[in-house]
Amino acid sequence: MSEARRSFIEGVRAEFPLLVGVFPFGMIYGTLALNAGLSTSTSQLMSAIVFGGSSQFVAAQLIHDAAPGFVIIITIAVVNLRHMLYSASLAPYLKNLSLKWKIILSYFLTDEAYAPSILKYEADGITPTSHWFLLGAGFSLWFIWQTSTALGIFLGTAIPESWSLDFALPLTFIAMVVPALKNRPMIAAAVSAGGVALLAYSLPFKLGLILAALTGIIVGTIMEGRK
Amino acid sequence: MNIWLIMFIGGLLTFGMRFSLIFLFGRLEVPQTMRKALHYVPPAVLSAIIFPELLYHADHLDLSFGNIRLFAGIIATLVAWYTKNTLLTILAGLLALLILQLI
Repeated sequence: MSEARRSFIEGVRAEFPLLVGVFPFGMIYGTLALNAGLSTSTSQLMSAIVFGGSSQFVAAQLIHDAAPGFVIIITIAVVNLRHMLYSASLAPYLKNLSLKWKIILSYFLTDEAYAPSILKYEADGITPTSHWFLLGAGFSLWFIWQTSTALGIFLGTAIPESWSLDFALPLTFIAMVVPALKNRPMIAAAVSAGGVALLAYSLPFKLGLILAALTGIIVGTIMEGRK
Repeated sequence: MNIWLIMFIGGLLTFGMRFSLIFLFGRLEVPQTMRKALHYVPPAVLSAIIFPELLYHADHLDLSFGNIRLFAGIIATLVAWYTKNTLLTILAGLLALLILQLI
């Protein structure tokens, strides 16, 4: 077995425990995106084009609410902004690769691909084939995300429209937010964003959402600075 | 705006952020304040969606006992807090809504 292949398989193995959690999440996304009014092809291709779990849920909700395009785009960008940190953190380990490799690995750079890869590189350093580890982790996550989305869409088409599942999207967001509320800045960010969202609800173009999100981010950051 | 165009631009921006510092290694760093601020993006954006979803009904703020989505949301929040399980939270919220609709 070549070194590259060994490294790729090691990446896939390291990704395995994460895939168990990702699979149901992808199914929930597929079902809810369809229920929010996206077509089957849009729901599926969003998983390939955007390829970022929480941003896809948020986009589905905003499409359901008929938010204008630029608000949806800004929101996707803000939700995915954290990927710049992963990009910064992995950059020194990828600096000798060709542009082609950098582009391919960037496409696969999700939260779940980043986590095992940074641990591996920090522990073992890099070798001429170590980028195959990130490819193995990233590709296996990609593969599971696409198949679980497809399965979710398939289930979604079987659910009668009379079961209004649209409430499941905000419930998914509750499941994402609540476990993160571990300290005062986090709680302050959530509550201030929610409060501004209520006050600014009547602003046109769903601008209240952007204003509320920015408020929450600023309040959380300031509170953390004061500690 | 066309939904495909929205997805395409959203995907391109996402890719661009993933690619940015791998490409610009050594020439650009993420400022410390931005690193801090990024922790607060998920709770801020998601709460900005959740609150109006639970509290606005037909474009009006509804704080009455008749607002069953609010009750179902509170139940889901409690389930999320104690179980930290996505699927259980969704099921509890949907079940609560269903039961409250029947009452």
